Amino acid sequence: MITANNNKAPALSVEGLCVEFRTRSGIVRALENVSFSVGKGETIALVGESGSGKSVTAYAVMGILDPAGRVTAGRAVLGGLDLLSAKPSQLAEARGRDIAMIFQNPRTALNPIRPVGRQIADVLIRHGNVPRREAPAQAVEMLRAVGITDPARRAKAYPFEMSGGMCQRVMIAIALAAKPSLLIADEPTTGLDVTTQAVIMDLIGDLASKMGMATIFITHDLALAGQRSARIVVMHAGHVVENAPTGDLFVHPRHPYTAELIAATPDSAPSLDELAAIPGSLPDLRRADLPPCRYSERCPRKIDACAQSLPRPEPGATHFVACWNPLPMAQSAPVAAATTETAA
Amino acid sequence: MTALLDVAEFSKLFPVGGGASPWTRLKQRFQGGPEKLSKVHAVDNVSFVIEKGETVGLVGESGCGKSTLVRALTRLIDASDGSVRLGDRELTLTPARDFARDPDRARIQMVFQDAGESVNPRFTAFDAIADPLRRLRGLGGKALRDRVETVAGQCGLPLQLLSRFPHQLSGGQRARVGIARAIAVEPDLLVLDEPTAALDVSVQVVILQLLQRLKRELGMSYLFVSHDLSVVKLLCDRVLVMYLGKIVESGPAMDVFEHPLHPYTQALVAAVPRFGEDGATRLRLTGEPRSPIDPDPHVCRFHGRCPRGTDDCAMTMPELRHFGARQVACHFAEEFLPAAGVKAPLVS
Repeated sequence: MITANNNKAPALSVEGLCVEFRTRSGIVRALENVSFSVGKGETIALVGESGSGKSVTAYAVMGILDPAGRVTAGRAVLGGLDLLSAKPSQLAEARGRDIAMIFQNPRTALNPIRPVGRQIADVLIRHGNVPRREAPAQAVEMLRAVGITDPARRAKAYPFEMSGGMCQRVMIAIALAAKPSLLIADEPTTGLDVTTQAVIMDLIGDLASKMGMATIFITHDLALAGQRSARIVVMHAGHVVENAPTGDLFVHPRHPYTAELIAATPDSAPSLDELAAIPGSLPDLRRADLPPCRYSERCPRKIDACAQSLPRPEPGATHFVACWNPLPMAQSAPVAAATTETAA
Repeated sequence: MTALLDVAEFSKLFPVGGGASPWTRLKQRFQGGPEKLSKVHAVDNVSFVIEKGETVGLVGESGCGKSTLVRALTRLIDASDGSVRLGDRELTLTPARDFARDPDRARIQMVFQDAGESVNPRFTAFDAIADPLRRLRGLGGKALRDRVETVAGQCGLPLQLLSRFPHQLSGGQRARVGIARAIAVEPDLLVLDEPTAALDVSVQVVILQLLQRLKRELGMSYLFVSHDLSVVKLLCDRVLVMYLGKIVESGPAMDVFEHPLHPYTQALVAAVPRFGEDGATRLRLTGEPRSPIDPDPHVCRFHGRCPRGTDDCAMTMPELRHFGARQVACHFAEEFLPAAGVKAPLVS
């Protein structure tokens, strides 16, 4: 278990989460031994390429996995309740009230044939202990809180009458209606303009800090994650490969995959020729002979130990890296290496 | 001048149904009065030039008219006003519906945003690349096969993948099919509409490097539409910034992004997340954009959202003015000139 500040009790702690999907062509081991935790009021980011298991992690925690998917091991503890073994009725209570999610595409996630104000009121009545009569007025207040101009009129609008940015604000209003203690935002700004993206991210950040809410922010944009979160969890092919405080991760990425990911981001290089592509592609997760380290087949720093096992996270370590041969810490500051776990 | 594409005072307006009720409109028609329809000014009086071998970036938020402009340049829709010249040829004289069979069709080709959705799902990769060659070059048989294989090789698409359907290809491979299809007929101008938006960073790098290599090898010009400014900065020589149908700033890509002169460009650049920066303390745009339906021609389009704007901006529309290699449509561009290292303002 890893937390940024050990004195903070975690809002959610995920331990050893494994998820499988049964498909016609075999069992896809989508997640293997995924562990991380997020403290109260803390914002962490799950980062990785498509297919790395970011969204599956969120869906598993929310209990909304596809019927073909199955949690085979692990715990996800939120306020004393293990979400993965909870009864459906307990889970239905927790969802919306304690844990809420912002989905990737607001247009498909919102109900297209219900005015947005009613959709927010529904959540308030179901999870927010708001009397039925007061809900519409409070829904308008929620719309105002997420920065929609003329909220009384907008509450009567249908999702198709609003722009992408406004639909996303409505999604945020729905997610925050019952003041959850944990918010999962799954690519909340994909498909939005950079200017809108900045405003939406500010909004989530402001509301989260005002309400003391823990936030898990899922994105493929490393730069955005760096700007908005205190800690970054890098995923690759269903494994957590690195989990570190944001500043640390960018200055001294230790897992070879993290380093390659940073080097491939357009912002990091002065010219196109200096951008480095990541060789190879994600391994087929249906294979029976997957190596313990799923990156090892693409890895330039592979050693013999990689074929044996994976390093386990040590309790209390602030910078976890799932690699036997990680990149060295900064040469100039060897003292800092003492704070990280040592391989072997 | 070696201008490949010369766009002058180009406008595209779309009529919208809103405003008068059907009954009022019917009455107007019978009373003989002019039927007045509201119009969306999607692209409003835009002029620019693309030189031979140049990569021009087109950036702006959704709804600013990027796609309309691109669709008009690739002759998928007709212009409302203005001229588009490709070399010596005036393109606006040929209606869009006839242009599909025009010999110059092959000279402008397009790569669409998501190759997974723009490639016919019932066509194999081979058919997708062969289709424009059959239609525009009349190739067939051995010559067609040879050409398709050459182009696939240029785009780094393994030949054994040519018999696959789009859903059997990965995102990066589909992007390669989309590019191969567009360059098969050897266009002079390639219009790329967010070609990497649907790709992961690691694949994006490969595709961008492929595009740069193809440009060097084939000597094409690119019009690169994107809202990812960091990509535009790396790939483009020059950049055009659009806001609500107008070009508000243009100039060499590096200069524009390092020292933006227009307040909108400044906000755009500030909104791009960068490594190791805290996003909380930067320039933000507030308010909603102005309506593009029948805009007041005397009000700056950015007025109301602009952090620098004064009452003056609601009285006179700023014209696009030249400052060296750069153009800016803002009354207050001079304030930012010293920082940008541009002196001597030239009156256009």
